[in-house]
Amino acid sequence: MTGFVWFLTVFVLAAFVGYEVISKVPSILHTPLMSGSNAIHGIVLVGSLFIMGEATGTAQVVLGFVAVFLATLNVVGGFVVTDRMLEMFKAKPDNRPAAPPAASPASLSSDGKPGAGTP
Amino acid sequence: MSALLAASFPLSTWRATIYLVAIIGFVIALKGLSSPRHARRGNLVGAAAALLAIAITFSASSVTHSTRNLGLALGAMALGTAIAVPAARMVKMTAMPQMVAIFNGVGGAAAALVSVTELLHVHSTGVSPATYEVVEAVLGVLIGCVSFAGSAIAFAKLQELMATRPIVYKGQQPINAVVGLGILGLGLAAIVTGSTAYVFGVLGLSLVLGIIFVLPIGGADVPVLISLLNSFTGLAVAASGFTLGNSLLIVAGTLVGASGMLLTRLMSKAMGRSLPNILFSAFGAVVTATGTAEGLDGKAVKSSTPEDVSVLLSYARKVVIVPGYGLAVAQAQHVVKELADSLSAKGVDVFYAIHPVAGRMPGHMNVLLAEANVPYDELKEMDEANPEMPTADVALVVGANDTVNPAAVDSPGSPIYGMPIIHADQAQHIVFLKRSMRPGFAGIDNALLFDDKTVLLFGDAKDTLQKLVAAVAVA
Repeated sequence: MTGFVWFLTVFVLAAFVGYEVISKVPSILHTPLMSGSNAIHGIVLVGSLFIMGEATGTAQVVLGFVAVFLATLNVVGGFVVTDRMLEMFKAKPDNRPAAPPAASPASLSSDGKPGAGTP
Repeated sequence: MSALLAASFPLSTWRATIYLVAIIGFVIALKGLSSPRHARRGNLVGAAAALLAIAITFSASSVTHSTRNLGLALGAMALGTAIAVPAARMVKMTAMPQMVAIFNGVGGAAAALVSVTELLHVHSTGVSPATYEVVEAVLGVLIGCVSFAGSAIAFAKLQELMATRPIVYKGQQPINAVVGLGILGLGLAAIVTGSTAYVFGVLGLSLVLGIIFVLPIGGADVPVLISLLNSFTGLAVAASGFTLGNSLLIVAGTLVGASGMLLTRLMSKAMGRSLPNILFSAFGAVVTATGTAEGLDGKAVKSSTPEDVSVLLSYARKVVIVPGYGLAVAQAQHVVKELADSLSAKGVDVFYAIHPVAGRMPGHMNVLLAEANVPYDELKEMDEANPEMPTADVALVVGANDTVNPAAVDSPGSPIYGMPIIHADQAQHIVFLKRSMRPGFAGIDNALLFDDKTVLLFGDAKDTLQKLVAAVAVA
C-alpha cells in the first residue's frame, strides 16, 4: 500500500508539472500541442508490452495483442503527424520558394519516426 | 505488485532510471512546443524519449520470457507501424482533427485493455487483487472506454459521417443517469467482489457512456471535445500505470491529462463559455438552426463577381483575411497566399485575422497557412486583429461564418452569445466567400451576410480565389 501512496505522490506532482509546462504555449501551437501530447500518451505501449509478455491463456493474449497494436498506432502515428504539422512552421520568408509547394508535402522521408525499428 | 518486488533487482532499477530519462524527454518535448522555433525539435525529443523507453522495455524478462508472446508483440508493433506511418503521412491537413481523434481513441482503448488484462492476469495467477488495484483498473477501463467511444463519435462528426449538430432526444437525461448509475453499481460490485465479470460490465457500459456523452455536443464545440478526450486518454494511461505499478505511464499520462485539461479550459474561454456549459448545454436546450428573424425579414444577400471584388481589393489600403473551415475544405491555403502576395505587391497592407477556434481545432488555421508558407508573423490573433478592424477597408471572409457572427455580441438568445468574434462587421466592406447559404458549423444564421456593407461570392473557395488572383492581376 505504501507503493500506492508513492505512486499517488508521483501522480499529483506530475499534474502540477504538466500544468506549468503547458501554460505558456501560444495559441498558434495549440493543434501541434494537442497532437504532440496525444503522441506522448501513446507510451501506454510500454504497459501493453508488459501485459503482452505476461499474458497466459487465449483471452489475455488476444487482448494484449490488440493493446500493443493500438498503442503502436497511437505512439507512431502521433509523433509522425505532429512532425508533419511542425515542419511547416517557418519564420520570415527569407528565401522565397522558387516553385509553389506541392499540395501534399512528401518531402520528409526518414526522420521523426519512433518505434519503427524497435528490437 | 510484481514491479515493486522486482525493484530490488539491479536491471529493473536501471530500467526505471531510463524511464526517468524518458520522462525528462517528455517534459522537454512539451516545453519545446511552447515556441514555434523549438516545437519541432521538442517533438523529436519526445519521439526519441518514447523510442528509448520502448526499447529498454525489452530488457525486462517478463516481456521476453515467452517467445510466442514476444513474437506476437513484435508482430503487433510492426503491423501498427505499417498502418500508422502511411496514415499519418498521407492524411490531408484538413483531415488532421479526425486523425488526432483516431490516434487519441486507440490510445484510450489500449489503456483500457491494459487495465482489464492486468486484472485478468492477476486472477489467473490465483491471487486475489487488492481493493485499490481493482479501483485503479475500473477507473482505467472507464476513462479509456469513454475516450475511445467518444473519439469514435467525434471522428464520425468531423468526417461528416453523421450530423455535426448536437443530437438531442427525449429522455436523454434519464438515460444518462441510468448508464451512470449502472457503471457506478458495476464498479462497486467489481471492487467488493473482485470479479472481472463486473469489470467487463463496466467496460461495456463505459463505451455506451462515451457515445451518449458526445452525441449532444456538436457544432463549434467539437474541437473542445477532442481536447477534453485527449486529456481523458492521458488520465486512462495514468490509471493503467497505477495498475501496473509503472511510474513512466503515470507521469506521461498525467502530463497529458493536465495539459489537455488546461488546453480545454483555454479553448472554452476563447469561446466565452464555461466548460460545463459546452458539455451539457445541449441537454434539453433547443438550438435553432434555420429561419431566424434575420433570414426572414425580407432582406436579400448581395452577390458579386470576382472582377468587382478584385477592384475593391486592389485599391484598398488594408485588407484583412479571415479564414475559416471553408478554407480547409477547399484546400485553398496556397491560393489565398497567392492572392495576399499579389495584393502586397500592389502595396496593399494584408494580414490574416485568426480566431482561436476557427476551423475545427485550435490553431487549425495556423497549421494550414503554415503549410502554404505564410510566415506566422502575418497571422494576427483575435485580440491583436480586432483593434485594426475599423481601419480595414476590406474584410475578406474565406469560409468562416460563426467566428464573425455578430449574434455573438448582440443577440442574447443565440447559442453562440458571449463568444468573442473577429469584428469583420467593423470593416468598411465585407466580402464573404461561401459555398452556399448553409449555416456554419454551429448551425445558426449570420446577420452579417445580409448587411448593407456585405457582398457574397458564391462557389468553392479555391475556385473563387483563383478567379480573384487572375482578376487582381489585371485590375
